[in-house]
Amino acid sequence: MALLRYESQVRAPLVDGTKDYHQVTEDICRPVEATPSKLWWIGFLISVALLIFGIISVTMEVIYGTGQWNLNKTVGWGWDITNFVWWVGIGHAGTLISAILLLFRQGWRTGVNRAAEAMTIFAVMCAGQFPIWHMGRVWNAFFVLPYPNTRGPLWVNFNSPLLWDVFAISTYFTVSLLFWYSGLLPDLATLRDRAKVKWRKAFYGVAAFGWTGSTKHWQRHEALSLVLAGLSTPLVLSVHTIVSFDFATSVVPGWHTTIFPPYFVAGAIFSGFAMVQTLLVVTRKVLALEDYITLEHIEVMNKVIVLTGSIVGIAYLTELFMAWYSAVGYEEFAFFENRLNLNSPYGWSYWIMMGCNVLSPQIFWFSKMRRNLVVTFFMSILINIGMWFERFVIIVTSVYRDYLPSAWSTYYTPTIWEVGFYLGTFGLFFTCYFLFSKFFPVIALAEIKHILKKNGEHYKDHMDEIEEESTEEFGQKHGHDHGA
Amino acid sequence: MAVKKFVVGNFDDEAVLFPAVKKVRRAGYKIHDVFTPFPIHGLDKVMGLRDTSLHTAGFIYGITGTATAVGFITWALTVDWQINFGGKPFFALPAWIPVTFELTVLFAAVGMVLTFCYLCQLAPFVKKDHFNPRSTDDIFVMALECTDKTNEAEAMSFLETIGAKEVKVEYKETEWWLGRYDKDRMRFQKKEQDNH
Repeated sequence: MALLRYESQVRAPLVDGTKDYHQVTEDICRPVEATPSKLWWIGFLISVALLIFGIISVTMEVIYGTGQWNLNKTVGWGWDITNFVWWVGIGHAGTLISAILLLFRQGWRTGVNRAAEAMTIFAVMCAGQFPIWHMGRVWNAFFVLPYPNTRGPLWVNFNSPLLWDVFAISTYFTVSLLFWYSGLLPDLATLRDRAKVKWRKAFYGVAAFGWTGSTKHWQRHEALSLVLAGLSTPLVLSVHTIVSFDFATSVVPGWHTTIFPPYFVAGAIFSGFAMVQTLLVVTRKVLALEDYITLEHIEVMNKVIVLTGSIVGIAYLTELFMAWYSAVGYEEFAFFENRLNLNSPYGWSYWIMMGCNVLSPQIFWFSKMRRNLVVTFFMSILINIGMWFERFVIIVTSVYRDYLPSAWSTYYTPTIWEVGFYLGTFGLFFTCYFLFSKFFPVIALAEIKHILKKNGEHYKDHMDEIEEESTEEFGQKHGHDHGA
Repeated sequence: MAVKKFVVGNFDDEAVLFPAVKKVRRAGYKIHDVFTPFPIHGLDKVMGLRDTSLHTAGFIYGITGTATAVGFITWALTVDWQINFGGKPFFALPAWIPVTFELTVLFAAVGMVLTFCYLCQLAPFVKKDHFNPRSTDDIFVMALECTDKTNEAEAMSFLETIGAKEVKVEYKETEWWLGRYDKDRMRFQKKEQDNH
């Protein structure tokens, strides 16, 4: 046990300061148990206002039909599907942190996984809105489900990527939610046992499902987390792969490429990490959790950003090369005329995408920049903008001037209701995030305690002496073997 | 409801708890359970608990999902209502891989979580006794079940010698119940204490 705690001095501590288990509980439960600050109320009310604007926009669309949006003959997917892909992409970082990094035994995930998973769930909720309301006759939305019906029964088309999407997104949402909540159970139990107020006792009493911390339960809980992580890992890759199939299985120039699945997945992780940075740089400051979400965490995530950003950059260049190498006029037109050419109607959007996604993250090759919070925050916003434009470029520039020049739409601009819908999902996302940060611990308590004696700054300091000892001496002094 | 009598030792360090569990078992006491604020790897082995079969259950649920997806889609698109999509074969297995995969994951995940909740008897509104509220904070609680033969005083002093900070004899409910924590628990605790 003690032997397993040993970790090299080279690795920076993940929990700063002198902490014991009780101090960890206090620090992380404090924001939940304190009355919300003025800042919280202001942020929350702005989010709710945006959400209400979104609801009004959607209502307009339901009453008057998709004609409320400026979609036209060639641009059948505009802002709404751009936003859908953008939100789904953002959702990917949470699962990457909680599942893939769990399998890779990355200790630093414990500081950020809870918030990132919550972000995933809220982002997928926002993403789901777009295809649903895009259906127009939303009261028939259940037609996408294969249920015995009186129309034959006429089943859904299982060969269609749009149906794969239905299954992928709903499965992703369900599994993420289960993963997140099963991880929350022990922490909710901690809040329940600390509760002094009546409503709090009742609320966390219900929410904690009667968790006790029994060894047998922990054993099963560990098994469950590991298998859910194993399931989520291919799942998260499949989700954006399937989203990319929406485009890649078509015969539209600019969409019909085999590079799409890995390119979309890399982009999703890229934008997701940017959103995690946006949220956590603020959260750690406002909730005073700097000891748990340290500069070390921020730096590691910036490394992921520069890696995935560069993968995305290579994908962009590969696309250009393939367009040229294919020697197909339509492909060349889509890439070199509709996108690369700054003088074409949407050329500017391509260059915003290139600048934000490929050039700007290169700043993170420098350690000083990776550890600078202002730079990190600014870059995270820039990347979110860039990744939104990536989807916009793919969706709009591929179709607004297609095979038939007489059908070309000169310009597609969104209406106020399209923009309102997008802002509304921001409202939904941040309303959920504000409520989450108020009622749930934003850091996985039990997991931090689990790594505390291995990765805590206070405990790592004493590792020097241990490093001097031989394994046998160490075992006799501090340890005991693992077996019975 | 089954209220039992326990000798409860509270430890404040898992490094002390670990050898203590071994010593307690060697001395022949029956450990009812050990409650910890976070998972301690290897504690289940030391306590002599068998490995969980949750993985196997997950595998079976996953296979069920795969079979459901392939079976249903095959039936729907090749038997029940054939549709000609661009002259492609009705049995288009490669195109069904995404949905099959998603259903495999969905069945496995949902099934495993439900099984987990069932095995641990966890559900909303369920209440359980867990000896020390601080066992979800920073205290490691070992509960020894008392039988007719148990010498409580001896057990208590034994726990103290192996490092327990605080030792008590307590009556605890071992099953779950619905209702309020404090009120309901006080009621049956009092009743049982009167009986003894």
